[in-house]
Amino acid sequence: MSVELAEHPINQPASPAPLVRVEDLLMHFPVYKGILRRQIGAVKAVDGLTFDIRKGETLGLVGESGCGKSTTGRALLRLYRATGGRILFEGKDIAALDGEPLRRMRPRMQMIFQDPQASLNPRMTVGSIIAEPLIEHGVYKGEARKAKVRELLDAVGLNPDYVNRYPHEFSGGQRQRIGIARALALDPDFIVCDEPIAALDVSIQAQVVNLLKDLQKKLGLTYLFISHDLSMVKHIADRVAVMYLGKMVELADVATLFAVPKHPYTKALLSAVPVPDPQVEATRKRIILKGDIPDPANPPVGCKFCTRCPEAIERCFVEEPVWREVDPGRHVACHRV
Amino acid sequence: MEVSDLKTVFQTHDGVIHAVNGISFSLDEGELLAVVGESGSGKSVAMMSLMQLLPMPPARIASGRVMFQNQDLVKLSSSGIRHVRGARIGFVFQDPMTSLNPVFTVGYQIMEPLREHMGLNRKQARQRAIELLEIVGIPAASKRIDDYPHQFSGGMRQRVVIAIALACDPKVLIADEPTTALDVTVQAQILELVRDLRQKLGMAIIWITHDLGVAAGIADRVIVMYGGLVVEHAPVQELFANPQHPYTRALLDSLPGRHTADERLRSIGGQPPLLLAEPSSCPFAPRCTHAFDRCRQQNPRLMNVEGRHEVACWWDPETRGPRDVG
Ligand SMILES: Nc1ncnc2c1ncn2[C@@H]1O[C@H](COP(=O)(O)OP(=O)(O)OP(=O)(O)O)[C@@H](O)[C@H]1O
Ligand SMILES: Nc1ncnc2c1ncn2[C@@H]1O[C@H](COP(=O)(O)OP(=O)(O)OP(=O)(O)O)[C@@H](O)[C@H]1O
Ligand code: SF4
Ligand SMILES: [Mg+2]
Ligand SMILES: [Mg+2]
Repeated sequence: MSVELAEHPINQPASPAPLVRVEDLLMHFPVYKGILRRQIGAVKAVDGLTFDIRKGETLGLVGESGCGKSTTGRALLRLYRATGGRILFEGKDIAALDGEPLRRMRPRMQMIFQDPQASLNPRMTVGSIIAEPLIEHGVYKGEARKAKVRELLDAVGLNPDYVNRYPHEFSGGQRQRIGIARALALDPDFIVCDEPIAALDVSIQAQVVNLLKDLQKKLGLTYLFISHDLSMVKHIADRVAVMYLGKMVELADVATLFAVPKHPYTKALLSAVPVPDPQVEATRKRIILKGDIPDPANPPVGCKFCTRCPEAIERCFVEEPVWREVDPGRHVACHRV
Repeated sequence: MEVSDLKTVFQTHDGVIHAVNGISFSLDEGELLAVVGESGSGKSVAMMSLMQLLPMPPARIASGRVMFQNQDLVKLSSSGIRHVRGARIGFVFQDPMTSLNPVFTVGYQIMEPLREHMGLNRKQARQRAIELLEIVGIPAASKRIDDYPHQFSGGMRQRVVIAIALACDPKVLIADEPTTALDVTVQAQILELVRDLRQKLGMAIIWITHDLGVAAGIADRVIVMYGGLVVEHAPVQELFANPQHPYTRALLDSLPGRHTADERLRSIGGQPPLLLAEPSSCPFAPRCTHAFDRCRQQNPRLMNVEGRHEVACWWDPETRGPRDVG
């Protein structure tokens, strides 16, 4: 007996709805010169990004220093007013929001910073640091607020009896936990983690990464995880986006990206990550890039990577490659792909 | 170079900090020795002590010998050590801006040691400086020699610092986390440069890093430091294949990707020691999952495991019980 297969639509798992959809995001910073502060140009820190962040996922964001990772994160959280483009949070454009409507959105999106030392006020107790957002947004009062603070400390693995201590009495890893507790205070849905482990020792990094993963599972959080450390991104992210000079060059799910990188910059980046195994290190092939990262105020024409790209052809020096979906769920911007 | 029982302390108003607590190691001709360990374990203080680079006071070298070319560097006068520093041992700091003077051109800064220690005249020194910039991969070296440090990128500056350290053909280069502040693709360029320079120039290198991947990629031997002590020391293959010390093992275990099946990373609980006294027990004992009575009573000395592999620990991963040391 033969079965008619073609009649039935293939039952594809519906891809989870995006929590954040970014369309052609631009963030340009003016460059001034002279005593009259005349604007002479702009740093195109973020120059046309289009991507989704799915509900409940961790999207890793990698790329070299100055490529625009933090700017992207800050623009999504509306710590900047974007120069252009749309930021849809659950379908609602927040890019142009102001005043009270913006203030009402804020609790839902939070940030964890790189330097736990610098992001905590040294003159405030841990309790008041964590309570600050609760007061600011007028939620949880009196005893309920105290209870919430203790609950938050407990959630990040700190002893709730520490409420009256000061940040300097804690270690780096503990301070980062305080920063996480503060970010969780208003029950956010979306957290931008900007290099949350870069300032921590290897032995402490694992604690913080485990905590972030546990909290995500428990609270259904969505993360944008910005990091230099590709091996940690590989561990924590579901999908990874690679940036170069204000542009996204590749976006794919983590396994695919690490197994078969398509963009020449992704290839070079992955091949440059040191592997803690001397046998692998002794035999692996590395792509060593030539030259320097161009000045973001004066980027090359054509593909932004053309000055260092080992695979560049003539077209790359004149025409900017478009950001397109080359396989389902996989985006690349390169003429050679 | 042969270092024995080096101890360095800092006199502070909160008391004495015992930063380096009697470390011994040797550096063979032409080899690359990596020094790894977490922040505060004494890596920088140890290597800066070798060269008398620490401000004294508050620092004081409480004991130890550093034999180099039949001289004890600890006993040298300040002018004697300055000559060793300029001419025979090069030093590269983590932040290139600490070794570069912003008001002088990079050319001037490379030429200065050449003229002072090698007796070159202006013209010869300039020629040699251009060569050195070419060796470390600065394009258009003869043009860039008259530029100032701020005109170079971070990676380029670190190359310039390496060029200065190499100026007088040192026998030994000590590099303190020279790539930590750089991007991975730039780090890869510098590591490639170092591999290349070792073949060309054949100097010995001490490379401080907290990145075990970097150590795996460039080292011949590795020293693991914890709490101002050397807790393990082995050839690089041996260390990664057969780590003995619980700290080394936990450190390797905490890296993502070494246990691909694990959802969770394995972390090390607790905090590094405060170094307020010389260790009288194993400094890792409060965080060690294998610690037993002896660990809390007696600080283990470095013991030979096999070949050139040494470990300071009372526990034996082979038997998962006390080490057979009598
Ligand atoms: N407020 C600002 N004003 C002007 N220029 C800025 C501002 N913030 C960032 N930039 C510039 O925008 C570019 C992107 O910076 P951004 O901090 O986003 O990079 P990044 O990818 O986070 O780098 P890193 O890895 O070093 O943190 C850089 O060239 C930076 O100098
Ligand atoms: N000037 C100083 N005064 C007092 N203590 C100091 C001083 N310099 C260093 N120390 C202490 O000596 C110990 C060892 O420091 P060292 O800089 O050698 O660590 P390290 O292993 O190089 O760490 P890192 O990876 O952070 O560079 C630390 O506990 C540090 O606080
Ligand atoms: S000596 Fe004891 S406490 Fe120290 S590392 Fe070995 S087993 Fe652990
Ligand atoms: Mg940043
Ligand atoms: Mg150091």
